[in-house]
Amino acid sequence: MSATSLPNANSAPAGYQRVYVWELPVRIFHWINALCIVVLCATGYIVGAPMRMFYAAEAYQQYWFGTVRFLHFLAAFTFTFNLAFRFYWGFVGNEYCRWTRFIPLKRWQQKEIVEVLKADVLQTKLHGPISTGHNSLAATIYIGLFAACAVQIVTGFALYSSMSLGLLPRAFTHVVALFGSEFPIRFLHHLMMWFFLLFIIVHVYLSFYHDYIEGRGTVSSIIGGWKFEKRKHD
Amino acid sequence: MDSSRNTIWSAMQSKGYNRRDFLQFCTMAAVIAGIEQSALGSVVEAFEKVERPPIVWLHFQECTCCSESFIRASHPIVADILLDAVSLNYTETLQAASGFQAEKCLQDTIKKYPGKYILMVEGAIPTADGGVYCMIGGRTAEQILQECAKDAGTIIAWGSCASNGCVQAAKPNPTGATPVHKLVSQPVINVPGCPPIADVMAAVVTHLLVHGRAPELDSLGRPREFYGRRVHDTCYRRPNYDAGLFVESFDDENARKGYCLYKMGCRGPITYNACSVVKWNEGTSYPIQSGHGCIGCSEEGFWDNGPFYQHLRSFPGFGIESTADTVGATLGLVTLAGAGVHAAVTNIRKQKLIAEIHAEDAESNHQKES
Ligand code: HEM
Ligand code: SF4
Repeated sequence: MSATSLPNANSAPAGYQRVYVWELPVRIFHWINALCIVVLCATGYIVGAPMRMFYAAEAYQQYWFGTVRFLHFLAAFTFTFNLAFRFYWGFVGNEYCRWTRFIPLKRWQQKEIVEVLKADVLQTKLHGPISTGHNSLAATIYIGLFAACAVQIVTGFALYSSMSLGLLPRAFTHVVALFGSEFPIRFLHHLMMWFFLLFIIVHVYLSFYHDYIEGRGTVSSIIGGWKFEKRKHD
Repeated sequence: MDSSRNTIWSAMQSKGYNRRDFLQFCTMAAVIAGIEQSALGSVVEAFEKVERPPIVWLHFQECTCCSESFIRASHPIVADILLDAVSLNYTETLQAASGFQAEKCLQDTIKKYPGKYILMVEGAIPTADGGVYCMIGGRTAEQILQECAKDAGTIIAWGSCASNGCVQAAKPNPTGATPVHKLVSQPVINVPGCPPIADVMAAVVTHLLVHGRAPELDSLGRPREFYGRRVHDTCYRRPNYDAGLFVESFDDENARKGYCLYKMGCRGPITYNACSVVKWNEGTSYPIQSGHGCIGCSEEGFWDNGPFYQHLRSFPGFGIESTADTVGATLGLVTLAGAGVHAAVTNIRKQKLIAEIHAEDAESNHQKES
């Protein structure tokens, strides 16, 4: 180790270079999204299965359930607009956050999916470097995540349409007609909460796991934006 | 036949009602159809001058609860007169005629008044196996419906059966029960409910008589006036809902206090109906006021979304006790356990991996230097 030169103490470890992967808008999106999903799952769960609370007080003295629903709707709007922004940013941001990165149409992406699956499930060693941004497996799963978000937004606003005069929710009135009634919409909306909860468990665990096996700052990258890439030897 | 095509006023006169009865009826009708007092004159005029439309009321796969409901409208004068005064030319349950006579009556009405008669359908139409599950006079329900619908001026689907299939259409729907609007091309006024509220039915008919056209409908073909809001939106227990005060079991203190029935499976939050405003049996009560949650009888598929005592259906394929939450929580625990095992295995193999990586790095550094 002593023989390697340290060009700059603040820079990357020897043999690695710093890559600015997640731009500030992407990082802000990520944390707003994370916060919204946690709030939506928590408040949504309570809306579905309210607990016994404050039974000593009468109805005119409290409004806690209404407040929980309000928080759900507040987070829902934030969640929706935040996601819309990210959709747009996927067209104008840097190469790592573009939509083309998410859809595994190219051969190398499909190969990488298999490679990462092996590393994650069978715990084999990664052969050679994988993508510095999202690895192809993660990117493909995020397509599923965006689809799940879309389902929640459509079903959520469909349920919300009858409680609101807002232009946005009213635009979803016809979703109810499409399903025939709100029974299946509500059931689907509730069921999808579990997709998000499972996603959170797997996503957080795998971020830490990849931080460990790749050793190039996966976890810190979503805070500071930087990752490390091995220098190409010439 | 033709003698019955006169106005409501003349029909009432011939039945022995006097002018005072007639004006009383006009006022009631105006109130029910939501017409302001100043326009009462036009109602009186309509009933004096406009020819009353003949009505064909068909019964298919149903239990007759819609008819039963209708004849119990709050203001008996309205139901009586509607039945008396409009020309109910054909209806299996109430007509005196039978057999060939009855069928001829139906044919006559259709032939003589194309584009004028009101077609009311009670019950779903079975379409499986050539429609053999409901036949009248040797013809299938669908044949009769198509024949009557072709020249109908207005079509009304009474009740959930005719509007969305109701219990006959519950899975696996062996008879292929189908609501009216899926079989005919014209617009249909859907008046769902099992049964629909008597006064709502009376109001829809009155609206047609007074205005000569259908009331404003929503995207599911239901009159907006009565199906525009959820039972939940006008429920008198709503303050308890917002305050988070719920009945936990039917015999607890909270039930006695009249708290919200959401946790007892109330479907008020997804049911579009006027029960909490118009109420039932002359405005006496409605299910929630009587202490039971709404079962959502006017919503499509309410039979397939049971049990009635939880607000979301049970998870299909996992037995009646399992909710989406049971299934989700199980999956969540399995996932957590999986991550735990994975982390443990990773840790056991840690020494090997670290040694390998260090060796690799040393090698590549060595290469670079040389
Ligand atoms: C990650 C996203 C979301 C999750 C996990 C989530 C979760 C839930 C859950 C579990 C329920 C309770 C359903 C029940 O048991 O009846 C619920 C209700 C609801 N959600 Fe969401 N939701 C999300 C996003 C949204 C969005 C974007 C909207 C849009 C406005 C929305 C609007 C609603 C409405 C209107 C209700 C019914 C509330 C009521 O009955 O008063 N949700 N949500
Ligand atoms: S009893 Fe039913 S309709 Fe009434 S407030 Fe509670 S949930 Fe809503």
